[in-house]
Amino acid sequence: MDTEIVACPDCDLLQQIPVLNPGDKARCPRCGHVLASAAIDSHHPLDLPLSLTLTAFIVLIIANTTPLMGLSVMGKTASTTIIGGAYEMWINGEPLTAAVVAFSAVIAPGLFILFMLIVLLAARRPPAPHWVGEMLRWAQSMQPWSMLEVMMLGILVALIKIAELATVEPGIAMFAVGALVLLFPAIMVSFNAHEVWMRVEWDHDAAASQSPPQT
Amino acid sequence: MKTSEITAAQAGLIGCNTCSLLTHPVSMEHPGHCPRCGAKLESRRPNSIQYTWALVIAATICYIPANLLPVMNTTALGSSEADTIMGGVIYLYTSGSWPLALIVLIASVMVPLGKLIALAYLLITVQRGVKGGVRERTRLYRMVEFIGRWSMLDVFVDTFTVAMVQLKPLMSVEPGLGVVFFAAVVVLTMLAAVTFDPRLIWDSGTEIEVRPVAAPKGHPSVLNEKSHA
Ligand SMILES: [Zn+2]
Ligand SMILES: [Zn+2]
Repeated sequence: MDTEIVACPDCDLLQQIPVLNPGDKARCPRCGHVLASAAIDSHHPLDLPLSLTLTAFIVLIIANTTPLMGLSVMGKTASTTIIGGAYEMWINGEPLTAAVVAFSAVIAPGLFILFMLIVLLAARRPPAPHWVGEMLRWAQSMQPWSMLEVMMLGILVALIKIAELATVEPGIAMFAVGALVLLFPAIMVSFNAHEVWMRVEWDHDAAASQSPPQT
Repeated sequence: MKTSEITAAQAGLIGCNTCSLLTHPVSMEHPGHCPRCGAKLESRRPNSIQYTWALVIAATICYIPANLLPVMNTTALGSSEADTIMGGVIYLYTSGSWPLALIVLIASVMVPLGKLIALAYLLITVQRGVKGGVRERTRLYRMVEFIGRWSMLDVFVDTFTVAMVQLKPLMSVEPGLGVVFFAAVVVLTMLAAVTFDPRLIWDSGTEIEVRPVAAPKGHPSVLNEKSHA
């Protein structure tokens, strides 16, 4: 079995990761950071995250193309989509806020799922080409900016506020976002990035800038 | 777990922030890029203290108009009304949904303020080389990192209220100037949590006895390359 030496990302302590049983976690003894976790299905560790990501990809398309909610008051009706919310902010003189909303509610979750899907498909047959590693890095950098669960709560608060004034009906996208709020953490829990890192081919130019092996 | 009781920096190594590959760069000042994931290699985030201070100060300045300026202007049947963040909380409270009022109050008022205080505290203790409470400060940092996104709540509330209530001439809601400052506070404090390097807490807060035997002897350029045990 491979054992790996790592530096803890939170406190920089050098340590060796022990061989883990399926489902186990290794924590830094100094600061408690989770350094590694072992997949539950150790023979096909990428199958479960792949099927979850594929599901999320389809649900994400539904969430962004169907109405989020409809509203009617005294015979007048209106409905909105997620991107429609950002668009209304834009035309009402708030382009910066519109950009932040569009990025955290549409672009970041969309790119995260797209990159993850490509990475998981490409890494099925090792060795994975070097660009798979680059793409997984992009996916991981998108993840903190994807705020679907915060948006979901924000929409609920807005709904309760508006419900005093008008009749509000949740649309299909509302249920799709609800499903995504569950799917995103499920992907994160089932996906072990290390499984992909082990399969990725290295960039030989970058490796050359490391000092030569001493034996 | 077997530990060597020295940090990567003390051993002249760098752990990749993205894929955790441990490398032995020729130069610690210019370590180049990670051969596995292509991320820029950094022993510590460059100018971490200065960047984080700049972001914290900018966020503190934005925090004031974010709370004083209206985030929403409601026009209904000719009369118009401006709402600040606190006004929204009070509205939710008086209309009977106090749990939601509490959530918005925590996410919009207390969390951003708490984050600014926590980041300033972490920066000052690192700069002064404070030794105690290293674990607690690391935990505080993780909390700041984890909770930051939830402050975006009010931006979403305002956005979807504005997007829904567009029933001119009956009733319409327009965003107020406060909302952009509020979004700025959230983004700036999230960036500050990224630029702050938690390893600095441990660098100044602990003195690890460097045992000469603990240093990996004759390590290859990249330690993880198929080390069978
Ligand atoms: Zn640690
Ligand atoms: Zn890397």
